[in-house]
Amino acid sequence: MSLSAAPEQTTLHPPGAKRAISLETVGMTKIFGSLVALEDVSITVEAGEFHALLGENGAGKSTLVKCIMGFYQPTRGQLMINGHEATIRHPKDASAAGVGMVYQHFTLVPCLTAAENMVITRTDVPAVIDWKKEVAGLEAFMEGMPFRVPLNRLVSDLSAGEKQKLEILRQLYLDERFLILDEPTSVLTPAESDEVLGLLRQMTEAGDITILMITHKFREVSAFADRVSVLRRGRYVGGGAVSELSTNEMSRMMIGEAEIRKSAERDMTVTSPTSLTLSGVVVAGSEGKAAVDHVDLTVQGGEIVGIAGVSGNGQSELVEALAGQRPMTGGSVAINGEPFDCSRGAYHKFKVFGLPEEPLRNAAVRRMSVAENIAFRSFDKPPLASLGWWLKPSEMRTKAAGLIERYRVKTPSPETPIENLSGGNVQRAILARELSHEVNVLVVANPCFGLDFASVAEIRAQIMDQRNNGAAVLLVSEDLDEVLELSDRVAVMSEGRITHVASAAKADRNTIGKYMAGH
Amino acid sequence: MTAVTTDDVPTRRSDFAKVRRTAETILIPVGALVASALIFSAFLLVLGKSPIVYFELLWRGGFGTAFSIQNTLQRSAPLILTGLAFAIPAQIGLVMIGAEGALVLGGFGAAAIAIPLVSAGIWPPLTMLLMALFAMMAGGAWIAIVGWLRHARGVNETISSLLMTYIAIAIMNFFVEGMLRDPASQNKPSTMPIGSDYMVGDIPGTAVHWGLGAGIVLAIALQILMGRTTFGFAARVTGGNPRAALAQGLPVGTLMVTCTAIAGACAGLAGYYEVGAVHGQANASLVAGYGFTGILISFLARHNPVVIVPVAIMFGAIAASGGLIQRRMDMPDATALVLQGIIFVVLLASDTLYGRFAIFQSRSGGDRT
Repeated sequence: MSLSAAPEQTTLHPPGAKRAISLETVGMTKIFGSLVALEDVSITVEAGEFHALLGENGAGKSTLVKCIMGFYQPTRGQLMINGHEATIRHPKDASAAGVGMVYQHFTLVPCLTAAENMVITRTDVPAVIDWKKEVAGLEAFMEGMPFRVPLNRLVSDLSAGEKQKLEILRQLYLDERFLILDEPTSVLTPAESDEVLGLLRQMTEAGDITILMITHKFREVSAFADRVSVLRRGRYVGGGAVSELSTNEMSRMMIGEAEIRKSAERDMTVTSPTSLTLSGVVVAGSEGKAAVDHVDLTVQGGEIVGIAGVSGNGQSELVEALAGQRPMTGGSVAINGEPFDCSRGAYHKFKVFGLPEEPLRNAAVRRMSVAENIAFRSFDKPPLASLGWWLKPSEMRTKAAGLIERYRVKTPSPETPIENLSGGNVQRAILARELSHEVNVLVVANPCFGLDFASVAEIRAQIMDQRNNGAAVLLVSEDLDEVLELSDRVAVMSEGRITHVASAAKADRNTIGKYMAGH
Repeated sequence: MTAVTTDDVPTRRSDFAKVRRTAETILIPVGALVASALIFSAFLLVLGKSPIVYFELLWRGGFGTAFSIQNTLQRSAPLILTGLAFAIPAQIGLVMIGAEGALVLGGFGAAAIAIPLVSAGIWPPLTMLLMALFAMMAGGAWIAIVGWLRHARGVNETISSLLMTYIAIAIMNFFVEGMLRDPASQNKPSTMPIGSDYMVGDIPGTAVHWGLGAGIVLAIALQILMGRTTFGFAARVTGGNPRAALAQGLPVGTLMVTCTAIAGACAGLAGYYEVGAVHGQANASLVAGYGFTGILISFLARHNPVVIVPVAIMFGAIAASGGLIQRRMDMPDATALVLQGIIFVVLLASDTLYGRFAIFQSRSGGDRT
């Protein structure tokens, strides 16, 4: 194994030095038992390139990068780094070869400072750390970086954008010159995403690093990537220079022949007697401060009210309070003028349903089967229960099988534990549970977080369908595009208060952005 | 990842997946038992004793003769009940280790309420029923406090249930050594003996008291309650993900208090049989560690009520053979505790092995990214 270009020194490189490395997979194949996760995938990433890896959930993107990083050993195929064959058996080998990865979710230690997080990542940390020297070294390192993060702040006090920058800086500090980013913007606001990707783009243009970014956001591919490779069902199905490919061509490669539901038409004639009214709702946050501070909001039937805001301004606390996961310390919620108390009886009576964010964490029980998870709403009512307490597992299975088919949940069987399903399929199972009844009120939070293009289109269409059927929909999303696409009215939440409400047709991004930032 | 190979027999495939999962849940605990036996054998060899003789005596003392089988079953009765007392809260996600306290309080409560009933000469079957119910209520209320503290005040249920065990023992000692002490109990302060007319009899044809029957019936009833009723379903949802349970509007607090009350009632009933079928009075003999062995049994049975019965019988055998091993091998009684301790540690360690063996994994189920 020859890795002549693998970086040795950990100090700052001379400006202008070409230090990016190239990487190539040749016929990469990975077979798990009878499952071919990756079949004969050959992609080439030139040094200093910003390369996007596109594909739906389950297309094999993660498997490919795990083979590159040494988490998996490919069944067949080779890895070339800087034109030489490289053997990577362990993530440590990848790191030694200059290949680093930034994961979708943060891997920082929240109770340590940024500087401490940087230093502990190194493999050669001495038993006794000379912090003065380390911090001086870090400051020198930061001088050469296009973006910075306050070193002495606790990670828990950093914003999502700063955390993501710190994750990237950490890899650069380890002197990785080939960075794999796994959906790096799913935790960031649009502005933060643009900033981070823009800076990385500059670094690739300067020839300092090479980037391979897993994504399914076409906007990011078009705006930042040089070239793209598309995977579908474990195979390489196309790619090329981004400038020569249209979004349509890319999406056709990614999705293949599968039909995508067109985004549902907004029915402007719908009228509905339903209304959801929040009056002076207060929800306590940590440290005794009100996370939600006297929120008044009314959602009419046949209307989607979207709540936009930067993450951490009380949106998740508001959703948790409406879902009964967090006590309301003040104010009240009424549906059709009658008080609503978040009990199972009230959910049933008023036909209130919810699509929470991170369904595995908020809406499903990992170890229970798909059929059982689908039955959460109805297990205590006929026909799934007789006499109000005796379960009928066969009815449960029949019902689940029907919904699994109708909502196209891909699962080996209704008895499979739901944790074995991919993210999109978990979300679809939850959709099947929550939307297969008559819905009067729907509370939705970041429904498309981390999902692929086809699932996103489908889920948004389902939400629009509910609106057109007369449901009052409250949508909380950190994705401003999603809020603007779906909502009839947009409300901006900042520091626990609703600071701005506007009709979506007249809403203007700049004004909303200003209110989001707290002005 | 997508299965590229076509799958023309999906149902059979999923049946296999189920068989694999079942095999995993059986073989890993069995493997842990075998590993424990090997480690314990090494311990015996260090002491200069023969593991072969030990396990042979264990078998003979536990199951070798009609007498030893009955001795084993007799000892397993309270273990089934205390095993259930751990398993039911475990299904709702609580690590409740206070069965010992509920057993002591249940036994003491039964003995205490027996005093006026026996003195008044109430019809024995009615007295026994009242004693059993009172024992279950005492144990149930005691452990329900643990569930309530957890839900309403966020108190860690493991710590509170352990501390409440010491309080329960202290309460018994306070009364047994004071107000309720039978003056005739000179060396070992005890409550008044309830008398042979008020003792629970044996299952006909055996020397095993009815506590075994009660344990088996309760195990089956609780298996049905947890597996086939809406209550059990709601409890399992809560145990698996409390956030999801809240979002479904399930009454999490009520479920927790009910599950802990059921657990306490099981342990309290074990206490009743210790008093009403074994000792005939309440004294320090109630503090025999059954509550703690129940934790181990429940873990080994993976908190599955019906499986607790055979596992409890196995531990009954370890206890029953203690005397024989002590006499024949000249080893202290605590040897059995060493074996139990090794099993517990190995068992907890084996929990990390789930999902690690490729042979147990269903190959078609891997739709993960």
